[in-house]
Amino acid sequence: MLRQVEGSAAVAETVARCRPEVVCAYPISPQTHIVEGLSDLVRDGTLAPCEYVTVESEFAALSVCIGASAAGARAYTATASQGLLFMAEALYNASGLGLPIVMTVTNRAIGAPINIWNDHSDAMSQRDCGWVQLYAADNQEAVDLHMQAFRIAERLSLPVMVCMDGFVLTHAYERIDVPSAEQVDAFLPPFEPRQVLDPAAPVTIGALVGPEAFAEVRYLSHARQMQALEAIPDVADEFARVFDRPSGGLVHGYRADDAETVVVALGSVLGTIEEAVDAMREEGVRIGALAVKSFRPFPARTVRAALRRAKRVVVLERALAPGAGGVLSSDVRVALKEAPLDVHTVVAGLGGRPIGGESLRRLFADAGAGRLEPLTFLDLDRERVEAELGATALNGGSGTTVGSGA
Amino acid sequence: MNYQVDSFAVGNRLLEPERRSVQSRTDRANSLTCGHRACRGCGEALGARYAVDAAMRASGGQLIVANATGCLEVFSTPFPESAWRPPWIHSLFGNAPAVASGIAAALKAKGRDDVRVLGQGGDGGTVDIGFGCLSGMFERGDDVLYVCYDNQAYMNTGVQRSGATPAAARTANTKPIGGHQGAEFGQGKDLPRIAMAHEIPYVATATVAEPRDLERKVERAMELRGARYLHVFVPCPLGWGSEPRDTIRVARLAKETGLFPVFEAERGELTGVSKIRRRAPVEEYLRTQQRFAHLFGDPPNRDAIARIQAIADRNIRRYGLLDGARDRASELDSGGGGSKSDAKEEGRP
Repeated sequence: MLRQVEGSAAVAETVARCRPEVVCAYPISPQTHIVEGLSDLVRDGTLAPCEYVTVESEFAALSVCIGASAAGARAYTATASQGLLFMAEALYNASGLGLPIVMTVTNRAIGAPINIWNDHSDAMSQRDCGWVQLYAADNQEAVDLHMQAFRIAERLSLPVMVCMDGFVLTHAYERIDVPSAEQVDAFLPPFEPRQVLDPAAPVTIGALVGPEAFAEVRYLSHARQMQALEAIPDVADEFARVFDRPSGGLVHGYRADDAETVVVALGSVLGTIEEAVDAMREEGVRIGALAVKSFRPFPARTVRAALRRAKRVVVLERALAPGAGGVLSSDVRVALKEAPLDVHTVVAGLGGRPIGGESLRRLFADAGAGRLEPLTFLDLDRERVEAELGATALNGGSGTTVGSGA
Repeated sequence: MNYQVDSFAVGNRLLEPERRSVQSRTDRANSLTCGHRACRGCGEALGARYAVDAAMRASGGQLIVANATGCLEVFSTPFPESAWRPPWIHSLFGNAPAVASGIAAALKAKGRDDVRVLGQGGDGGTVDIGFGCLSGMFERGDDVLYVCYDNQAYMNTGVQRSGATPAAARTANTKPIGGHQGAEFGQGKDLPRIAMAHEIPYVATATVAEPRDLERKVERAMELRGARYLHVFVPCPLGWGSEPRDTIRVARLAKETGLFPVFEAERGELTGVSKIRRRAPVEEYLRTQQRFAHLFGDPPNRDAIARIQAIADRNIRRYGLLDGARDRASELDSGGGGSKSDAKEEGRP
């Protein structure tokens, strides 16, 4: 049923209808509204049976989920930013043990400098932790991806992150079709764990693996991710059948089929990009967009196919790999390795910096005219960084020190 | 009572079957079974076997174990082998209490109150890196018995100091060099007392020298629900430089000197103390271990020994460990410490 509702509240209701048996989270902005919502639903008995565990850290939150999942419970958590980093060790452990935990990452920047607003630095930093990473373009998709995430996770016995932009989506009120319990039950069968801690059939989980078998275990991790390249579109197709709307999948093209310039991006910025595309199409510019929905596994073949007619690609990234440049664009470049295409990396929207339509249109026009550098920082205050670089050269001071009296 | 029969004996098939220890029963679970790779004389292997077998018996075999990284995990589960007969999971070094909490939460959600949960780890995994998760488990009252096997240092990585390393002990990074005398005095933490401060249903200490006492404490813990903590003193011949054949003797001396007080507490209140039976001076304990050998050079470090004796004396006063016991330390005392020591009281056992 369509309702005007906050993104976090819609996600909380949807997750509850996925019937997790253990929810465990540690508070961090902008994740809080989701888990507060789930706490309410457990307390008022709407979500039952379910244990809501309040822990002392994100490391513990994911560790509780690891124990719960290994004991055969459907387990859910949510975090962001520093919290995701605090989980890092447990992230690798959950995927290594093949535990189908679902986690919402309400994407937020990483400090220092401390910053609570949106970018993708958090999830990108855990690119190789073995979790599936799905990115929502809007709150309807955020809702839909959570239902799909449990299906994908449990089909492959692999943990899945649903990434939704912090504040931009989590705190936005939109018209959202929040699924009913009957709809979710029709789509998501009960959890059947592949391995479970059970006194009736004891198993040892998490043994020490030496050089003779470690590479094989890691290979299997990779193989499971590759299987996800089939599972993700399958589950999206099934979702479309049950809910009668497209959602999820590996990629989503927007006016990209005949485009000379294709903008590749993740998450909610796609809405702004599509508006810019529409405006430039009206001016006769052949431009389109490609949303990457599944960042891990990275659908290289699908991306290559989607970009085969393009002349240039602009990868708009809400993250930065210092000393290298883009994160997503590295993958795009590898996917396009044999195609004669210019790939431009544009770092934009860090720490919640708004990405304006006007800036985007100027950027895309520059790309079309061959004026775009391989690596660009959108709307960077050049004067400020040049001054700071000059000051640093003089006194070696930090760029983030305030009131140093210099 | 003596060590050969009755309450201090492990085996003793002279006793009526119902009075035998869990270990001496033919139907014991053998939870940590043969084939594992622990060192000769490993106190942790012994402690884990006693504790988990007792928990298996108390739960009717309905037990799930969550293990921290460390010696116990490494020597028991080299893939593709496992020495564990109960369902067992190892996740990380610092999260065993939280993993156990997660298992307990799953069982609660599934209505399986017949299946019990035991978390376990060494002192590093418990008092240091796992401390946050453990304290969280305590304060929430999660239905988990957590057992710490305390061998007083990071043995799996090569004997480095932990928060449970005693004063003056030599470890790989508290060597008696440069004017230092092993681990510093006045440092370290007393986890059983910290556990008591959480006012959880049950906290107890035990040693591998008294398996019946250990088993009884596991049984008591398993009668209760909520967060429970058992801290077991387990000598490490490799890390301590003690003889493998002396593991039980060393553990017994730790208790009989007062250096390791053996007690139990419920809801933060002391409910029982295992009295010292024949008090020994700390020197007798220290001399069994190479990690304290630097205290007995020429000349011996009387000051450090006296400070260690003062720690034992304080424990004896604090827990009333000596009431009615033969005081061999006082009989033997000739200025090497004891109650006449003027060393300042140290803050940990």
